[in-house]
Amino acid sequence: MGEPNHLRRLTLIWLIATLVVTPLVVIFVGPIMPPGNASEQSAGHVTDNTVLLGMATPVLLLLLIYLAYAVIFFRQPQGAVLEGPQLRGDTRIQTAWIVVTSLMVLVLAVYGSVRLLADNGAGSGSGPSPVAKPSGPKLPVQVIAQQWEFTYRYPTYGGVETPHLELPRGQMVELHVTSLDVIHSFWAIQLGVKADANPQVDNIAFVKPTDLGRFEVRCSELCGIWHGQMFDYGHVVTPAAFQQWIHQQQVIYAPVTKELPPYKTTYLPEPTRRGE
Amino acid sequence: MSLLTRKLLGVGAAVAVLGVLIALYISSWATSFPASVSATPAVRQGGANLTLETVAAIGPKYSPSHPDWVSYLVRRGGKWVRSTIFSVPAHSIVHVTVYQYDGDSGLRNPFLSQVQGTIGDTETVDGKTVRGIDPEEASHTFAVPELGILVPLPGVPEEAKNQCEFAPCEGAAHRTITFSFRTGGKGRYHWQCFVPCAAGWLNGFGGPMQTLGYMDGFIDVT
Repeated sequence: MGEPNHLRRLTLIWLIATLVVTPLVVIFVGPIMPPGNASEQSAGHVTDNTVLLGMATPVLLLLLIYLAYAVIFFRQPQGAVLEGPQLRGDTRIQTAWIVVTSLMVLVLAVYGSVRLLADNGAGSGSGPSPVAKPSGPKLPVQVIAQQWEFTYRYPTYGGVETPHLELPRGQMVELHVTSLDVIHSFWAIQLGVKADANPQVDNIAFVKPTDLGRFEVRCSELCGIWHGQMFDYGHVVTPAAFQQWIHQQQVIYAPVTKELPPYKTTYLPEPTRRGE
Repeated sequence: MSLLTRKLLGVGAAVAVLGVLIALYISSWATSFPASVSATPAVRQGGANLTLETVAAIGPKYSPSHPDWVSYLVRRGGKWVRSTIFSVPAHSIVHVTVYQYDGDSGLRNPFLSQVQGTIGDTETVDGKTVRGIDPEEASHTFAVPELGILVPLPGVPEEAKNQCEFAPCEGAAHRTITFSFRTGGKGRYHWQCFVPCAAGWLNGFGGPMQTLGYMDGFIDVT
């Protein structure tokens, strides 16, 4: 009995496993991928993570199946110390390797670019002039990072600033993220928003919250001794509740609103006379 | 004794010396952590009293390694000690008095000049009740972001006589700030100064602003 065609057998096993396992992973694991579905952008992230998982599953299966196959069929007889045949100059293997890996990288690059544009930046900070902008009305909210707290300014509500973040459900929000001191990063985890907060930079990110409830806000750039304490919770509320809340904030912070500089996309705060 | 044995002994001795030095360094670092200072019971008002002081330079008496760093001090048993870890009772009112001996630096974010989270959302400055201060006059803040507490502390005017150079500052020009806040359940919360007050550091944000025991610390609600 001659040597079986290992490549054919392996390919067959891998194909069957891929056809069975990949749909199961996509159907059952995909929906629980982070960051959840609290906004259109985070739902997009779940879709993207599911696609990546679906692409990674056949690769992982190939590795695991080959490992198991080798352990079973290419096991050395006890006591024997044999080296396998060396393969050199196998053009088919080299070509297949280069073509398959290049295709995977290119497909991912194209997919990522399309998704970024289609989803208006997918919740990421897109700089002061985003390439993709959503149409329709947007609620501008400025995120001001400072050591070690985020504060928020609502320019369409008299420029009121508040230490709390509330957003109305179903409204496209245009976040203008900046910093007054060092580099921070604004991360609204469940909303799928992450944008660097750099001094004198207006970093714009778009998000449309879809679920009511609480979301976590963290700084995701090591920014000093209390970086780990730079977290808070924001809330997505109904449009009516948002109107009520923002008017309360305007009343509470009316005295200090008069002290604030006019709304700008970035600030160059003074004084720095204690510094070098 | 063979050459190999002598080499091994030499390496072993060097490793042992290095280990002792590392252990000394770690123990020195661990024991330099500021001690926790408890608020004293407020007999007449109820709750607890916490008395603090801010100084432009801590001085060699309190910090031989960084005598020129700006710092908070806390009163314990009638004496000022350098610690920024305070223990206060849960579910009670904490009455804070701050003797402010430093000049003004100004806030980078004027929003932080409004008093927040204290009883009545006010503080008293030299006996006068206020809801906020001029952002340019801020010298420091006492802020506990997790508890929503923010108290701006105005600086000693530049023209004031008898300015304090470094601690101890008794008898020098100062501002007296008082405020009270309610504590909730037990927990550890960080507090900090929001004013970039670290002289000699880039934008005033290094050194004492980034080191536990000077311009920031913890409030242990117990």
